[in-house]
Amino acid sequence: MVTYIIRRLIGAVVMLGIVSMVTFAIFFLVPQLAGATPEGMASRYVGRTATGEIAKLAAERLGFNDPLVVQYGRYVKGIVVGAEYDYGAGVEYCPPPCLGYSFITQQPVFPDLMNRLPVTLSLALGAAVLWVGLGVGIGVLSALRRGSVFDRTAMIIALAGVSLPIFFTALIALQIFSYGNPFSFAAQGGTYTTIQDSLPLWAYALLLPWVTLAFQFAAGYARLTRAGMLETMNEDYIRTARAKGLKERRVVVKHGLRGALTPIITIFGLDFGLLIGGAVLTESAFSLNGLGKYAIQAITDQDLPKVMGVTLLAALFVVVANLIVDLLYAVVDPRVRLS
Amino acid sequence: MTAPLDVPESAKEAVPEAVVTGVDRKAIQGRSLGQIAWLRLKRDKVAMVGAGVILFLILIAVFAPLIVKWFGHPPLEFHRDMIDQETQVPKDRFGGISWDYLFGVDPQWGRDIFSRVVYGARISLLIAFLATLLSVGIGTILGVTAGFFGGWVDTVISRLMDVFLAFPLLVFAIALAGVVPDTAFGLSGDALRVSLLIFIIGFFNWPYIGRIVRGQTLSLREREFVDAARSLGARGPYIIFREVLPNLVAPILIYSTLLIPSNILFEAALSFLGVGVRPPTPTWGGMLSDAARIYTVPHYAIFPGLAIFLTVLAFNLFGDGLRDALDPRGNR
Repeated sequence: MVTYIIRRLIGAVVMLGIVSMVTFAIFFLVPQLAGATPEGMASRYVGRTATGEIAKLAAERLGFNDPLVVQYGRYVKGIVVGAEYDYGAGVEYCPPPCLGYSFITQQPVFPDLMNRLPVTLSLALGAAVLWVGLGVGIGVLSALRRGSVFDRTAMIIALAGVSLPIFFTALIALQIFSYGNPFSFAAQGGTYTTIQDSLPLWAYALLLPWVTLAFQFAAGYARLTRAGMLETMNEDYIRTARAKGLKERRVVVKHGLRGALTPIITIFGLDFGLLIGGAVLTESAFSLNGLGKYAIQAITDQDLPKVMGVTLLAALFVVVANLIVDLLYAVVDPRVRLS
Repeated sequence: MTAPLDVPESAKEAVPEAVVTGVDRKAIQGRSLGQIAWLRLKRDKVAMVGAGVILFLILIAVFAPLIVKWFGHPPLEFHRDMIDQETQVPKDRFGGISWDYLFGVDPQWGRDIFSRVVYGARISLLIAFLATLLSVGIGTILGVTAGFFGGWVDTVISRLMDVFLAFPLLVFAIALAGVVPDTAFGLSGDALRVSLLIFIIGFFNWPYIGRIVRGQTLSLREREFVDAARSLGARGPYIIFREVLPNLVAPILIYSTLLIPSNILFEAALSFLGVGVRPPTPTWGGMLSDAARIYTVPHYAIFPGLAIFLTVLAFNLFGDGLRDALDPRGNR
């Protein structure tokens, strides 16, 4: 067990290393392949009116003239032991994990990310509770009453749910429930109160994003749960459980659902990991200042340290979520042995 | 009157169904797996409706210029006379919907939404189809290679798939789409953006199909007919192309049909975020992103949104039906 976790942790670090290298390559190699020079890239960070001389200095200061490997090494060193940055106004020490300073705002990236994280985390957690509850619940009921009116209606709605792009659902939801056509009881896009300030206001602001996000995911989970339940409920051990006189409720939950849960946990790990790394579309549609919007802004500005930071953090979440999922397997499915 | 004993020689081993239908030789002939699947698919009304809608959409995309010529106005033409100069929204009710402008006009510029939705189908379908082709191509080649040869080849490719699956996909796609300048690789404008999107979407989706193909190949490799072919002296390439690949057609086909709708959503998402095909070229996602900025005209979001919804729904319905038809074990 312990050796398994250690091996997986090493694997996770390797994975993050690869992700960071690829991100680095995307932002330096692709523009160069497409024909940009270090000065040209640096000129983006010093304003439109800058002369060639200033751009050259900026390129030197940002380290664009060094070989790619040196630039990457400097970045990794910053994460592990911290780094010292000179942005003209004196040398500043950036403690580990130092994800660098923004090229544009010249603020350290890591605190920025930590500021944004609670928003995305609130969004993802609330929505996850809703979608897992609804999706699995509806899926189980549908499977048990296969072919009933409930089953058919639920599956039609679920199919619609997986076919609707979230940014469209979000627009419509805002229009109907928030901008007064015909209701206006939900919070408008862009409102957010931290949970420490006020719990009711926090929930109020996030209600619509939660429901919208959960609707899309719940649809997929309902379909998945239903398919899984239909399969497990036909297994021999279900008949055995019934034959030994267990209550139907216990048969469904302890035997049927537990067997159908493995693929759902896998998908949940991936989905949730991706989501806390930035619910890009939902955050854009509802103007929530989470990691996803941060990523979009950083990419639009071509602000490499920010992009690197947010991508690494997102990859970290995916890797950790996958690790937790694999550990959970052993809990849900006693046949799985970790080795 | 024909007693069962008089059934012609050739029909003796036929299925009972064929015996009942009588002496007609054509009916007695065995059906290939493909024919059986096709019969099942034809009986599935929901899937056939999906197929009909898909066909309709493809026709719309192909004949977009003609349709727009007959029923609309050029997608990039401004009609500022339709727009209230004060509020920047269409003067008439319902966003200017009329016989002349079937879906109304967009705020600010007064462009014909109908034409823009029709032209949006071109970009959307083109990118979704070609990106799917790319993913399926890469996924099949690498999946078969990994599954068939095993050993270190399998290890390398499988790890590669794991790495890809751990990437925050959307962020990466946005980063890639955002970082490429307006002229690159000898292309520019829409041609560059479209090929870029095809590459990005196709390239990031291959591990999913790669895993499926690898798993199937692994089990096919151990089957008796492969052993038989090998003992008859067949070499690797022959076994791969004549024995393994034909058996992979069904899962690949099912997966491709279900990958297209997710690619349509992917493209729409990238356009929505402003890193897709650049305006003023009409895309469904781009129109939704414009609509998101102008809340006072809800209808502007409805038509492109419905277009995405219907297209994706049609592909999902058809894909589900195809899976049921090709894979009778999955009796959902």
